[in-house]
Amino acid sequence: MASKAITPTRMELTRLKRKLITTRRGHKLLKDKRDELMRQFMDMVRENMALRKKVEEGIAKANKNFVLAKSTMSDEAVKVAFMAAKQEVSLEVSDRNVMSVEIPVFDTKMKTSDENDIYSYGFAFTSSDLDDAVKSLSDILPDMLKLAEIEKGCRLMAAEIEKTRRRVNALEHVLIPETEANIKYISSKLDENERSTQIRLMKVKDMLLEAAHHYKEREANG
Amino acid sequence: MYKIAVMGEPDSIYGFGALGLDTFPFDSAKDAGQCLKRLAESDYAVIYITESLASAMAPEIERYSGSKIPAIILIPGVSGNTGEGIMGVKKSVEQAVGSDILFGGVN
Repeated sequence: MASKAITPTRMELTRLKRKLITTRRGHKLLKDKRDELMRQFMDMVRENMALRKKVEEGIAKANKNFVLAKSTMSDEAVKVAFMAAKQEVSLEVSDRNVMSVEIPVFDTKMKTSDENDIYSYGFAFTSSDLDDAVKSLSDILPDMLKLAEIEKGCRLMAAEIEKTRRRVNALEHVLIPETEANIKYISSKLDENERSTQIRLMKVKDMLLEAAHHYKEREANG
Repeated sequence: MYKIAVMGEPDSIYGFGALGLDTFPFDSAKDAGQCLKRLAESDYAVIYITESLASAMAPEIERYSGSKIPAIILIPGVSGNTGEGIMGVKKSVEQAVGSDILFGGVN
């Protein structure tokens, strides 16, 4: 691990130590972010599932009503009935920020506030089944819009969680161990240099003393 | 000001027209991809697509999964529920958690 052209100098050591501190702090922050995102995501995705089931049931029911209505009316009559819609739905989109994930919030606006404007036809030439069908679809519409908002949010959050998790893992398993190993490598290299300098000095001192006092000769002479 | 679109087989979606949503009927996915692109680039914030049509144009839908708008939501068509929509929710759990721990056994 400790390798790759690291110059074992004191300057490098301080630089790496500082880097390690920053990395650790970043790791902790990202981990907190991931945990909080996960917590919120869990709540949201549960709601998403419940809503989806409700909406799918509602649409299935509405579809059944439509099939029923169609069975008593000709295709043309149905087409004519829906040719000109009275009601119009528009959306105002704003943002909600959840842990730096921007989640859309939809605000619905109907063109007319009259509830009966969903029936875009006169009642003379259409079956009452069609009215039921349109009514059941209109009942489920608010849930459908809520579903759109939540499902999109869930998807965006899932992507963000995945990204954050990767970052946390990269820091935890690659960057932090690598930096730690490098610091260890440099400090042991520096220690070794220091020891070798010390030994060299002792050796030189020995040699100098020997040259000055000739201990070995004296010993030999007794 | 944004609008809402519904794409799918004519029989599955014509009712939405009465509610004031813009309907775009398609029988095959061939032209639907083009249309989706056009809708996404104009001011449609929510696009509902029937599951059967969506399964034929998954790559086009995938393209918009990362952006905030439009939100593309699958709905069951008149031919029945294929479970594709529920799968989508499970997939996002899987992406976030690593494995589907919430709805694993439930279908």
